Parts: sequence; C-alpha cells; structure tokens
Amino acid sequence: MLHGYAGRILHIDLTTGKTHVEPLNEEYAKKYIGGIGLGMRLWLDQSKPGVEPLSPENPLILATGPISGTVWPTGGNGHAFVSKSPQSYGVGEAKSHGSFGTELKRAGYDAVIFKGKAEKPVYVWIDDDSVQLLDASHLMGKSPADTEDAIREELGDYYIRVAAIGPAGEKLVKIACIINDKTRAAGRTGLGAVMGSKNLKAIAVRGTRDITVAKPEEFLEYVKEFHERMKGPATQKYRTLGTPENVLVHNALHCMPTRNYNNATFEGAERVSGEVLNDRYVAKVIGCSSCAMRCEHVCVVAEGPYKGTMTRMEYEPLWALGPYCGIDRLDAIIKGMDLCNYYGMDSISAGVIVGFAMDCYEKGILTEKDTDGIDAKFGNHEALVKLLEKMGKREGIGDILAEGVKGAAEKIGNGAEKLALHIKGVEVTGYDLRCLKTAALGFAVSFRGADHNRHGAYAFDVKGKVNRLKAEKGRGKLVKDMEDMYTLIDSFIVCKFSRGTYYKELEDMTKLYNLVTGAEMTTQEMKMAGERINNLARVFNVREGLGRKDDSLPWKVMNQPITDEGPSKGAYVTQEELDLLLDDYYEARGWTREGVPTVAKLKELGMDDLIHIVEEKM
Amino acid sequence: MVKIHERKFVSADPDKCVGCQVCEYICSWTKEKSFNPLKSRIRVVRLNPLVNVSITCRLCEDPPCVAACPRDALTQSEETGIIMVDEDKCNGCGWCIEACDYGAIMLHPDRKVVFSCDLCKEKGEPQCVKWCPEEALDLVTADVLAQKARFTVTKKLFQEALKETTK
Repeated sequence: MLHGYAGRILHIDLTTGKTHVEPLNEEYAKKYIGGIGLGMRLWLDQSKPGVEPLSPENPLILATGPISGTVWPTGGNGHAFVSKSPQSYGVGEAKSHGSFGTELKRAGYDAVIFKGKAEKPVYVWIDDDSVQLLDASHLMGKSPADTEDAIREELGDYYIRVAAIGPAGEKLVKIACIINDKTRAAGRTGLGAVMGSKNLKAIAVRGTRDITVAKPEEFLEYVKEFHERMKGPATQKYRTLGTPENVLVHNALHCMPTRNYNNATFEGAERVSGEVLNDRYVAKVIGCSSCAMRCEHVCVVAEGPYKGTMTRMEYEPLWALGPYCGIDRLDAIIKGMDLCNYYGMDSISAGVIVGFAMDCYEKGILTEKDTDGIDAKFGNHEALVKLLEKMGKREGIGDILAEGVKGAAEKIGNGAEKLALHIKGVEVTGYDLRCLKTAALGFAVSFRGADHNRHGAYAFDVKGKVNRLKAEKGRGKLVKDMEDMYTLIDSFIVCKFSRGTYYKELEDMTKLYNLVTGAEMTTQEMKMAGERINNLARVFNVREGLGRKDDSLPWKVMNQPITDEGPSKGAYVTQEELDLLLDDYYEARGWTREGVPTVAKLKELGMDDLIHIVEEKM
Repeated sequence: MVKIHERKFVSADPDKCVGCQVCEYICSWTKEKSFNPLKSRIRVVRLNPLVNVSITCRLCEDPPCVAACPRDALTQSEETGIIMVDEDKCNGCGWCIEACDYGAIMLHPDRKVVFSCDLCKEKGEPQCVKWCPEEALDLVTADVLAQKARFTVTKKLFQEALKETTK
C-alpha cells in the first residue's frame, strides 16, 4: 500500500450492528486521492440509483485524506462527509477541520461507510480496531458540544474526538450539519439530517497508531518551508481580520446580498464589519491540529442581552445572520451563530432561510399568525433568534422553515418560490451573483448546489481580473480550472484558507502527495485527478437525475436587477447570458450540451467503469 | 557544575498557544519517528476555545516523580535537571505519574515504561520550541519565567500610561 493511507475501510451496518474492515483499493487511492474524491467514489459503489436521501439505503461516507495525521500544516486535520443530499438530491459533501480527522487516521481508517438505520439512537465508538455501537438515548436533544463532553466523560478519556449532530439533525432539519471540536462544522448540504435519519447521534474516535510518511526528511523540510509561507502574505487576511474583512470589501463593490437580495449593499455594514468584530468581540485567534496559520476567531459577547455568548465567526455566517436579514448588531449575529452550533445547523443556510422568511413577512406572504406571533421584519434581531430556535426544534413556523428555502417555499406557496434564493435546493452564500458573473457561472454549475467553495470563481470578479458585469466566452475555462484545483484541495483535504501558500499550485501539491505517499505522480497526472473528481461528481449527479436544468440561478438573480445606486446598479443575469456561460463551461469540460460527461471524456480520464451510467442518459 | 537556577525547561505562553499540536507531532517524530501524540513528551490541553496550553516536564527542584519511584528507576540529572529513566528498572507501575502534578511523565504505549521530556539533548535544543509556529514555547529558567511574569503584569497595570508615552 502507498504510504500516507491507512489502507483500510471500515463498514458499519447500523441496522444489524455488524462491522467489517476491507482493504482500501489502491487504484482508488491514486485516482481519487482521498476526502471527497474517495468519498464520492465509495458512495457510488455502495448505493443504488434514485435512493432516498433520508432512507436507510443512503450510505453516509466519512473519509480522511492521504496527509491526515501528519504534521502537514492545515492538512493533517481534515475529514469529509459524503452522501446524497436531502436538499439537492445530488452530491452532498462537506468537510471540516479541527482534530477529528487526524484521530480517525490514527485509528487506522481511510474511510468509514455507515449503512442502514439503528433501531434506537446510538453512537459509534471507534477505539482503534474495536468498533462498538453504544446507546445514545441519554444524549438525545443535546448540542454537539455537550454531546462531545458527555461522551468523553463516560468513556473516560479527554482526548477522544467526537463528531456529532444536534437537535436539528435528530429532527431531520434539512440544513442540519455535523459538528466536531465543538464549533467546527461539516456544514453544507444537510448531511446532519442523513446522520439523524440513521439514528446515529455521534461518532467518537480514539486512534493510537503511528503515522509515517514515505520521505520523512524531505517532507519535514517542506513542512518547514510551508510554516514560513503561512506566516507570509498569502494567509495574512486569515490571521488578522479573518474572512469578516469581506464585509466592507463586498459592500464597497456593491456585491453583498442584503435583505434577501432586495439590496446589494448594507447601510449598517460599518457596524458589522470585520474591523469592529475584531476590535470589540474577538477574544482569541486559535488553530486546528497541525496548523501553522491559525484563523479561528473566537468571539465573546461581554454585555447586553446576549452576554456570555462565545463562538467562532467567519464572513459567511456573519453575512447570512446579519446583512442578509438586515441585522446590524454583532452581538445578535454572534448569538445567532451560537444557536446554529447549539442545534447543529448550517449557519449560512439558516441565515438565508430567516432572510427568506422575513422577505415573505414583509411582502405579506407570511403573516404574524403564520409566524407564531413573531414580528419577522428585516432587522429585528429578536425575530432572528426566535426563528432560529424554532427551526432547530421544528416547532410551529420552524417546522416549515426547517425544509430549507426551496422546501419551505413549496409549502408556503403564493409566490414564495420567487423569494427563495437557492441553487439545486442549497441556499446561496454571500456574493451577489447578479453583478459577479463568473461567480454566477461557478455557483450555477457547482455540484453541491449554491456555493462559493466549489470554485472560488468570485476572485476573478472581485479582484477585477475580468469585467464582473459581463457574461462572455472564456469564463467556462476559468471556472473549470479553478474547480479542478478545488476538488484536489478537498480530496487531499488541506484547508482552503491555505490555498495561496501553494505558490505553484499543481507542482507544490504533487510534490506534497509524492513525499507523503511515495507515489511518483506527475503534475499532469495530478491535474487529471482534479478533473476526474469533478467528472465523478457530475456522474453522481447525472445518475441521480440532475442535469442542465438544475445548473440554474435563483429567480431574483435572473429577474430582479440591483436597484442600489452605484457600480452594480441594474445588474442581473439574463437567460441568454446563463445559456452562453453554461455552453462555454460544458465545452471547456468536454461534456454534451446537456452537461453530461461524454464516453470519450470518461475514457480519457480512466473512468471506464462508470461509462454505463452516462450511456443510459444519452 | 551548573547552578540550579540556570536549569532551563520548556514553558508555553498561554496567551500565544493556540493548541495546534505541532509540538506534539514534532516531539513524537524526533523521539519515535512517527506522528503520534501519544508518544509525545509535550501534550496540548484545550479546555475551551479560549484556553489552550502545552504542558511538559518542569524539571522540578525536588521532583516528586523521582521521590515516588519505588524501584529507583528515576533520577534527576544534576547538570540539566532532566528526569532520566532506567528502563531496566521501570516496571510502569505509575507511582511517578500519580505524583506529577502536571501530567508531564507518561507511560509509553509500546515500551510500557515511563518517559518524560529530556529537552532533546541529542539535538542540542528542544525541537518543539524550534518548530512552534506561534513562538509560544520558550526554553527558560525559573528566574527568567518570573522576570517575564513581572513585566507582563506591569504592562497590563500600566497599559494606558504606555499608550501615552508611545504616542
């Protein structure tokens, strides 16, 4: 077996309680690297087409990467969850960092495959080779953080690492996430609900094995070099203001969706900026296991109605729980984030859902009677807190909102679907797609639904490398190349905040892979692996019935131009523009006009064993 | 002979330590050629997101671990103050572990004898200090530690005055 890999995959059947271990297929390791690549491939092998996301037949895959467990900065610590998303009915994948992935690798597993459904709530206790299903009935209703503490206490080891769902996951809230290390979430695409549907409350791990690498001396030299790089300009933002720096940047560019896309700027931006957050609320900046960068801005509210709240904060939740809902109070935003952690909900989606509900309320589609008496006006921070709580508990209006904006809009009806900002059922993130047209393409084709983290295409727009207001040929290639890089990042599982430290992207990553694993991969082969994993994701989605029609943009992005005075005024994306961008992208990918990978493409990428899936769709 | 107050040990500044575990990985690599925190002589403690610190042997002046050993397997170097383990005598009974207030002496998971920080004597300097990305670790004497504490507390006391003078 290659170095870097544990060489084992653990199967857990929650229905029967049986477990077994199989060797990792070395060909998979080379072709799909690890993380989401390996996870998606295993999912395809382990599931039947058309499986219901919240049924026992939908496997949940947990995967580490080849460098998990080493001292590689930001890379030793990641893990990925992959399954079919209850939001998009396509690829569901989310990564998280902290110290859970590294422990799983030391326990000796590259991946864990959860199948079936436990009769009663259980948690899985992986103690190296010993795997047990333990009763979790006393943990029900607890937050992920409390669950983590309780499990450590009862198993009697303070270094046990835990990934758990909260009350939202238990109640199958569609935006439920899986949280490890108390505040680190595998957030998007609703995989907490998949875990909840299996009656699986938590996964506890202890690993005692040694992790070694193929070429230790050179590897450590490389680590040292990257420690230096991580003190340099490429990560400065994350070490100083953190991603909340974006608040003022996006506001100045008029590309910060506000009040459920009714505006692209926020008059309260100065009050919720990264600068104010750092000055008044950030108590400490901490790091994940093996990270030399540190980015985790831990905020504490010292006074006022939300006194005593402590959580970490990033731009996306700050934006979603703040400007998107018209809220200009950081203490309330921090409280909102804390509630998302408590219930175990994706904070981006949670904020977007509240913003959607507020828009419905202001337009009279929802009345005070519908909202259980909550005055859900934009800017009402008390309404934010109440709606989040109701969503986490699936109580009253929260039961409807817990379906996500797409599901909630279908239930509410009466034009609500025009106010639902989602792509493939997954709520949008903090970039106004009407005036960032490269990003709009990236979001439309993203295999896990609306998401900035599948491509980073906003960078071309925001940094002015292209005319952000224009849809033109060539953007397809830009998005494709960045996507291929991003799938590699998520398959190695290195942190995306560290991407800038790989000065020569492919060369640096290939060198890292080879030093750890002892493989002799070329940069060309690595590039192909990135492309292969994107095609794999598309094959996943095609098998589950997704296609060009789903590579779409929300109604408001295509029908409601930006009204704010300034550089973005009048911007929106027309159907013609979207079609042009999609055609250009599919062409760059070598796919059909319907967005299906061709037989020739799959052959070129060495994916012959999956050709039958696309052939059925031709 | 080196004077007692010149003995140096590894100390973490809790204000700087972020709990990243690089020290654990590097220690276990240096000593055992594997990345495995269980084989590290320095261990990170994360109480909550705000409270992180790495802890290792303090080279106590009157080490309770040495005193507790019923088999005389532990001795303290007069020169450097490090705790030396005679692996032939140690049977892993754990009295030293119980005696140590810091959890700085541990049972080796494979060899089943105790082990503790030896300041990487063969490398000339503790590798954890060298590698700490936050420069949170220091090799200090008790005297310097006390000096630092004095300066830190004084700065805190007179923060406003310092701001005025540096304007």
